[in-house]
Amino acid sequence: MSASAAQPPTIVRPRRESISSWPLADRLAYGLCWAVGIGLCVVALGIVAFMFVKGISALRPSLFVESPAAGVLQEKHSGGFKDPLIGTFIITAVGIAIATPLGVGIATWLVEYARPRWLARTVESAIETIAGIPSIVLALFGLYLFARPMFSFLSASASDGTVTGLSFINAGIIMAVLALPLVVGTTREALLQLPARMREASFALGKTRATTIRRVLLPSSRTGIASGAVLGMGRIVGDTAIIVFMLGIGSSKIEGLGGTPVLGTLRGTGTTLSAYIYYYAPTGDGNSPNKAYAAGFVLLMIVLALNALVTRLTLRSEGERAAVRGIGRRMWAWERWPWSR
Amino acid sequence: MERLTPPPVRRIATDRHPRVVTPTPPVDGAGNGASEVTGTPSALARRRAARPAAAYPPEERMRIESVSLAYGEKWVVRDVSLPVRRGEVLGLIGASGSGKTTLLRSLNRLTEITAGAGRAGRITLDGEEIHEIEVNALRRRVTMVFQQPNPFPMSIFENVAYALREAPGRRRRARRATLEPEVREALRRAGLHEEVAEDLDRPALSLSGGQQQRLCIARALAADPEVLLLDEPCSALDPISTAVIEELIVELRESVAIVIVTHNLQQAQRVADHVAFMHLGELVEYGTAEQVFEQPRQQRTRDYIGGAFG
Repeated sequence: MSASAAQPPTIVRPRRESISSWPLADRLAYGLCWAVGIGLCVVALGIVAFMFVKGISALRPSLFVESPAAGVLQEKHSGGFKDPLIGTFIITAVGIAIATPLGVGIATWLVEYARPRWLARTVESAIETIAGIPSIVLALFGLYLFARPMFSFLSASASDGTVTGLSFINAGIIMAVLALPLVVGTTREALLQLPARMREASFALGKTRATTIRRVLLPSSRTGIASGAVLGMGRIVGDTAIIVFMLGIGSSKIEGLGGTPVLGTLRGTGTTLSAYIYYYAPTGDGNSPNKAYAAGFVLLMIVLALNALVTRLTLRSEGERAAVRGIGRRMWAWERWPWSR
Repeated sequence: MERLTPPPVRRIATDRHPRVVTPTPPVDGAGNGASEVTGTPSALARRRAARPAAAYPPEERMRIESVSLAYGEKWVVRDVSLPVRRGEVLGLIGASGSGKTTLLRSLNRLTEITAGAGRAGRITLDGEEIHEIEVNALRRRVTMVFQQPNPFPMSIFENVAYALREAPGRRRRARRATLEPEVREALRRAGLHEEVAEDLDRPALSLSGGQQQRLCIARALAADPEVLLLDEPCSALDPISTAVIEELIVELRESVAIVIVTHNLQQAQRVADHVAFMHLGELVEYGTAEQVFEQPRQQRTRDYIGGAFG
């Protein structure tokens, strides 16, 4: 009795399921799943690595502080991408500052009110439609809309009085439309995930629906709202068509209209990194591909940083965060990789 | 080997025939109504003292008169009449689906959240039909604590202060200093103050389940209600937290009328003064706890208490 008690029990390892018992079709599909999964990682890593190599070799500190030389469409481009970089930040800020309150409002209405039903369904389809419109079509529409005389206060006018429709604020409004479905989607998800008993608890204290939304529901879904905003920012940062159409072909500097500094800049034209890449790329008019690579690298870094921010925001529990950190540690622990043994 | 002897059964001493407290000042429990924090009568005490005594009959607070409740076409409560009195705990017992929770929720019109809910009969609060009272005003006078502790994801302080803020006749952005005495008093009444007094800014969700439920009770008490509805408040809690909350309920009935829905017959026996047994939407039996549990008049009550169904 006592002898056997002192012995640690032998751990029986049950035999695992063997793939050889599967039908051939299942085995093939299994292999295919693995292959495409790994293939996707290879593609993603390949793009990032390509941009790293091409971008870092072309990157110069001077690029960040110099404005592009005038007339990007002419030969012999020079200068840096200071203005496009600032322009990217301006357009993102304008776009998301418009899209976030609108999107949160729409999502709140859809989740908390949604009466009459037919209107709610219409709003939902409208959001889906907007999400499906190609940004170049949005840009075309935006250009038509903001070139109307009634919107002359938003952009510069030519000497004969025609409104150009080209300005940061106009482009930002159209960018907001582009980002809106993302903000609505994530906010809606966040609100839907809040337990019904949270609303009940507030109603049972004699709070109105509006108070409940403002003081309990929206504060509780702020991570969802924030990640929607960040996703929308990622969308705005990368969009080119709207910039090319609505900030002006050939703008290379941020050119404010006269008047107050901030308003003048918003009403003025400029350019962004995405448009800069478009003009400088090897295929188009550009003959400075190195600068396009450098700018592309910077743009990629911005987008990756925004993505990392979304991941960080949406990981609710400490456990999930620890798991992601664990993946990171495992990736960096080179000595534990098979070829290091 | 030592014989295991069962520990003595823990019973909470409850007065089966409670003295019904007259609602006129001075305020019970809080001495002369002076707040221990500020030394001046707290706003809570002042408000309670300012209540017109005549408007409140000494005992009966709510009256449920031949009430039937339906969700759409389905009647879930049929022709129930019950009094809700201050100074006593009314226990609603019955099997699942007997309509007791629906009846409870109808007392502060929380059933209206569900589409298609309808009611026949009268429910009055201090003689006034509750349909005539503005719904949010009613819910501040008749507050509710739910089965699952449901504190908001904010600090302890904010959870209680939320009940006080944005009430009519109050500045929307009340400063913390003005709310703090009331928040602390509500926590004290819910028996939670000692445990959290040091750190009111802790997130409420970091509390234990029992503490969270007492926080919910504090939140429900902060608005200084006349009736407190408890929907199986202990079913998600461990026995020790349950005992703490049961003691609290017995204490609180001095100042508020309490209605508790429970599946737990022992709990009903421990805390309730009057018990109503419901079955399939009907009120089968209503009487004092002793009478219902020891000499049930109805066969169905006898079967339920004896464990025949439910």
